[in-house]
Amino acid sequence: MAADATLAAPLADRRPRARRATVGLAVFLAVVSVASLAIGASGTSLRGALATLATGGELSQMERVVLWDIRMPRLALGILVGAALAVSGAVMQGLFRNPLADPGLVGVSAGAGLGAITAIVLGGLLPAAVIASVGTWAVPVAAFLGGWASVLVLYRVSTRRGRTSVATMLLAGIALGALAGAVSGILVYMADDRQLRDLTFWGLGSLAGASWAKVAVAGPMILLAVGASLLLGRGLNGLAMGEATAHHLGIDVQRLKNGAILTVAAATGAAVAVSGGIGFVGIVVPHMLRLATGPDHTHLLLNSALLGAALLLLADVIARVIIAPAELPIGIVTAVLGAPVFLWILLRRRGMVDL
Amino acid sequence: MIAAIGIRVRLGRKAVLHGVDFAARPGEVTAIVGPNGSGKTTLMRALTGEVDYAGRVEIGGRDIRAAKGWELAARRAVLPQATTLAFPFTVVEVVRMGLMTGAHGDDAALPSRALAEVGLAGYEGRFFQELSGGEQQRAHLARVLVQVWQPVDDGGPRWLLLDEPVSSLDIAHQLEVMEIVASYARRGGGVVAVMHDLNLTALHADRIAVMQQGCLRAFGPPAEVMTDAILSEVYGCRLRVSAAPAGPAPFVLPHCAAPG
Repeated sequence: MAADATLAAPLADRRPRARRATVGLAVFLAVVSVASLAIGASGTSLRGALATLATGGELSQMERVVLWDIRMPRLALGILVGAALAVSGAVMQGLFRNPLADPGLVGVSAGAGLGAITAIVLGGLLPAAVIASVGTWAVPVAAFLGGWASVLVLYRVSTRRGRTSVATMLLAGIALGALAGAVSGILVYMADDRQLRDLTFWGLGSLAGASWAKVAVAGPMILLAVGASLLLGRGLNGLAMGEATAHHLGIDVQRLKNGAILTVAAATGAAVAVSGGIGFVGIVVPHMLRLATGPDHTHLLLNSALLGAALLLLADVIARVIIAPAELPIGIVTAVLGAPVFLWILLRRRGMVDL
Repeated sequence: MIAAIGIRVRLGRKAVLHGVDFAARPGEVTAIVGPNGSGKTTLMRALTGEVDYAGRVEIGGRDIRAAKGWELAARRAVLPQATTLAFPFTVVEVVRMGLMTGAHGDDAALPSRALAEVGLAGYEGRFFQELSGGEQQRAHLARVLVQVWQPVDDGGPRWLLLDEPVSSLDIAHQLEVMEIVASYARRGGGVVAVMHDLNLTALHADRIAVMQQGCLRAFGPPAEVMTDAILSEVYGCRLRVSAAPAGPAPFVLPHCAAPG
């Protein structure tokens, strides 16, 4: 018994380790952010620009455009999208009570994508006055609604009496994704040339089109969703023992579920609207953190946001330099790195997950 | 006082409880017994608000339908028959969830004390999913104890609602857990437990509710309720109740039973 206690001691309280991880991840994010600003296809150097600024000099036109109009919004968008995808994954896994739930895998991103495509294609049919009043918000709001509808349907289909079947969830996700993909395909056929160009850029899953306008559109929605997710931590911990037990612990389960579904829809919708479908961030990031610091959602959600942001920036830097001066869609990088991790989780947990 | 008045429950098309009146007093262990399918767990689920029921359930004079989840959580803790755990939490992380109601602040020592009480001292850092069934059951009991650690607080007596708390335990731990439960009642708290083992029930319960086909067949102290006639009728086999030489608690020996 004594030996057990000493063996167990390092695991007994993982909260200090999780707090240290938060600090470490914030530093990591800062480092990657600087790298993301410094590295790029053009020869513009961040150090040179900073030196110029420090000595009171003026930046050249080239430096201003590359750093302020291209790399800075890309950095901001990368942080926002990475945090949004990772938090969506963590919240969805908590809500569905299993580590394989991910917006990209179970059709939520596809639903959000369908919303976005609908807005792009059918938006052209609306009267100009309506378009002017909705403006840049049409695509992210439509993506949010598409994502929201997908999570709702998925949860209704796969959860019975407070128990979620992983098999039903994954299969329903495939069906939802296929359906959303098919309808999206029909809409693409209806699109005119200009819309088609919009769709192609958007569908690649990339941060390449980053602009301050996109940051302004996605920023508030993602910050709100990530902030709201931090309030869900305790509730999601209780939910890990099932809805009835969560209720007996004093958690308002219905409110928790509504909050979680809205959070996932807002974060996924905003991310998909500005960057297309970037997969696997939502499944890899929370899983790595659970291995390192445990499944306690009171720190998992914040740490997921930080690690998601940092890893997406890192993937973006890789996508930019690996075949420079051309660049790879970031979705390819995250899939190459993420898909094996997903398979590994599946194999390792085959006995434990309720398949 | 927990009072249930005219409880009717339908699961699907089947009526499972047909108007049950039930009451449990603080300071006592109230057991619910009965054969399989007699509705004991359903009655417990009505008391905890887990199933839709017609009728009225009160805790301390308050209708539980009108109470908020966190208000109920501060008055009573519930141990379900079976629980699944979705993620690899450690034992102490599970037990700590009992502190979520905030009734005991974030008393860092409480989870370890509760674990020691249920015989799991030193298990804090183990992964919950790697425990045996009986150890998991006791760890959940520790979580439930942490939630309502003081049997009586400013709001009056508090309650443990336990669905077969000893079903997967060996005999030593069965006795240990029943002693914890009885001590909670002696200190002024209330306990309602669905029980399978008639002898453990006779030893530790102050009052027994005997369920039969969705109705309350008998309700009273062990000596009144555990009679040859009642038990033989309810369980559908011939049972002979005896009295232990040392005390008043009746017991039933399967050796002396015969199929009805």
